[in-house]
Amino acid sequence: MSKIAGRFQQLAAQGRKALVPYIVAGDPNLASTVPLMHALVAAGADIIELGVPFSDPMSEGPVIQKAHERALASGARLRDALAMVATFREQDSETPVLLMGYANPVEHMGYARFADQAAAVGLDGLLTVDIPPEEVAGVNAELHRVGMDNIFLIAPTTPKARIESIVNQASGFIYYVALKGVTGAGNLDAEDVARHLAHIREATTLPLAVGFGIKDAESARRVGATADGVVVGSALVDVIAQAAAGGASQEDLLRVAAELVASIRSGLDSIAS
Amino acid sequence: MTTDLSTKIFASVPDAEGRFGVYGGKFVAETLMSALSELEALYRKLADDPEFQRELDEDLAHYVGRPSPLYEARRWSDRVGGARILLKREDLNHTGAHKVNNTVGQALLAKHMGKRRVIAETGAGQHGVATATIAARLGLECHVFMGEEDVRRQALNVYRMKLLGATVVPVTSGSRTLKDAMNEAMRDWVTNVDDTFYIIGTVAGPHPYPMLVRDFQCVIGREARAQSLAQTGRLPDALVACVGGGSNAIGLFHPFLEDESVAMYGVEAGGHGVASGEHAAPLTAGTPGVLHGNRTYLMQDEDGQIMHTHSVSAGLDYPGVGPEHSWLKDVGRVNYVTADDAEALAAFHDLTRTEGIMPALESAHALAYAGRLAATMTPEQTIIVNLSGRGDKDIHTVADIDGMDF
Repeated sequence: MSKIAGRFQQLAAQGRKALVPYIVAGDPNLASTVPLMHALVAAGADIIELGVPFSDPMSEGPVIQKAHERALASGARLRDALAMVATFREQDSETPVLLMGYANPVEHMGYARFADQAAAVGLDGLLTVDIPPEEVAGVNAELHRVGMDNIFLIAPTTPKARIESIVNQASGFIYYVALKGVTGAGNLDAEDVARHLAHIREATTLPLAVGFGIKDAESARRVGATADGVVVGSALVDVIAQAAAGGASQEDLLRVAAELVASIRSGLDSIAS
Repeated sequence: MTTDLSTKIFASVPDAEGRFGVYGGKFVAETLMSALSELEALYRKLADDPEFQRELDEDLAHYVGRPSPLYEARRWSDRVGGARILLKREDLNHTGAHKVNNTVGQALLAKHMGKRRVIAETGAGQHGVATATIAARLGLECHVFMGEEDVRRQALNVYRMKLLGATVVPVTSGSRTLKDAMNEAMRDWVTNVDDTFYIIGTVAGPHPYPMLVRDFQCVIGREARAQSLAQTGRLPDALVACVGGGSNAIGLFHPFLEDESVAMYGVEAGGHGVASGEHAAPLTAGTPGVLHGNRTYLMQDEDGQIMHTHSVSAGLDYPGVGPEHSWLKDVGRVNYVTADDAEALAAFHDLTRTEGIMPALESAHALAYAGRLAATMTPEQTIIVNLSGRGDKDIHTVADIDGMDF
C-alpha cells in the first residue's frame, strides 16, 4: 500500500478527515518551503501538496498565479521542488508528499527521469492539472514502475462514463474539484459537492478529497462532512503572501500558516464520526 | 524522415484523439474535457451537414467578401528579381485579415450550441476584432483577453473592439502578451463553460480546435489553388506564409499538401535574430513540449518553463505553434524558416512603395522570405505569398521605429 493510501486508511479508522494543505515550492523564497512543510504537519496537516512553479499556470486564480510568479522569481524549478522533498524527508519519513503542477516541466525532465528522481527523494504522488486520462499512459507507466500514486481530478462537469474511466487509472485518492472555475474562487456549494461525491462513490472505493473554494474551518467542516479530506490552497497561500508582503520574519510566516491550518484542523475534527 | 505522399497521410490527421503524429492532443483541466467532447461531436456532425456548409459559404461570400483575389505583384517581383510573385489578398477580407474566416465558422458553431457569450484571446488584435465583429452581428456578449503590453501596442484595435461592443480585458499576468491572454481566456472558459463558447484564433489549443480552425481557414488554399490554375495555367512552385500560431499558413498550405511539386515555407518571427535568443521561432529553435492544451514545439528553457518571446509583430509574438505544423516539420513536408524584425520592416516599406499595398507586419515576414526565395528562382516559376492582413494597425509601430511622433 502506498503511503498516501495508508494515511487515508489510518484516518478512516480513527473517524477523521484528511487535511491537505497546498503551498508553492519557493514561495515566498527558497529557504522558507521546507520549514513551512514541517510547520504545516505540526499544525495538523496529513498530506502535503507542494506546487511546482510554472510560467503558465492556466488553472490558477490570481492568488496562486502570483505565488508561481514569486517562486519563479526566487529561482524555484521542478528540480528544486524535488530537492525540498528530499530535505523534508531528513526529518519526516511519515507524512505523504505529492507534487501538483503542470505537464510541461515534468515532460521536459522526461517521465522516466522524473519518476526515478521522485522515488529517490521520497515523493509519494503526482498531480498534473493538464494531463487528463486520455494523455496519461506515458507518465502513468513510469509512476507505477516506481510505485508512485497518480492523483486525478474529477470535476462537476465530468460525466458518469468518464468518472469510471478516471477511477480505473487513479490511485491514492481522487481530487474532486468543487466548482467550475480556477483555484481560489468563492462560490463553494457544499450540498452540490455532496451530491457529486455520492455519484463518484458509486464508481470507486478510493478516498475522495475536495479542493477549490475551501478557505476556513467552517467551509472545511461543511465539505468534510461528506468528503474523506479537504485541500486548502489559495487561503493558505494568501496568508503567507500577505505576511511576506508585510515584511514578516520566517518565524511569523510559519506562525500565520500554522494558525490557519490548525483552525481548519479543528473544523474538520469537529465533524462527528 | 521522408514523406510518402502516395499514402495520403495528410488527410489522416488528426486521429480520433486529436493527434498529429506525437503532437496535438487534449492537455487541459478535467473541467473542460466534456465541453471539448461536446464541441467535437457537434463539429463532426455539422461538417457533413449541407445546410451548415451553405450557411458558412453564404457568410464567407456576402459578409467576409470572398473569394479574395490572387494578385500578381509585378513591380515588386521585378524589384526582388527571379520568380513571379502572387499575393493571396486576405487583407481585403472584412476586418482586414484572414482571422474572420475562422470566427465566422466558430460563431456559427456557438449559435448551434445555444451559447450566449463568446470569449477570445488576441495578440495583434486582429482575431479580437474579428470575434467582436461577428459577436456584434449575432448579438452575442463578447469578452476579449489581451496582454497589457499588446493593449498598449495595438491601441487602434482595442478601440475598434470597444466600438463593436466587446469588453477588452487587459491581462497583467506573466509576460502580458498573447500567451498570457490565452491563459486568461482558458481561466474564463473553465469558470463560465456552461454558457460560453471559446473562439480560439489559431490552429493551437486542445483538440478539436487545431482541426476545426484549420478546416475553416482552408478556404484560403482551396481558392488559391483554383485561382493559380485559372490565372497562370499551373500550380505554384512555392507557397510562403508567416507562422505565429500558424492559422493563415495551414489554411494556405493544407489544400496543396498532396501536390508534390509545390514547395512550402512557413516563416517564423526571427525578432532580433535567432542567434540573439530574442525571437518567436519555436519550430526553428525550440523543442517539443506541452502548452495551452497541446503537445507542440515550444520556446522553453532547460527546466520546461515557457520563455519570453520577441517580435516586432504582436501577432507572431507567441512561444508555441499549432501542432500540425510541428508534425509537418518532422515529416519534412514544410520548410520552416525565419525573417527578422529588420527584414520584415524593409518588406513592409517595399511592398507599400511598389504596389500600393500596406501589409500587416506579420505578413511582412512572409514577404521578406519570399523576396529572398524569388531571387533564387527563374521568371517561369511562381510563388504565392499569403498576404494575411493589412498594415493599418501597425502604422504606430512603424512610425515609432522610424522616429515619427504624431
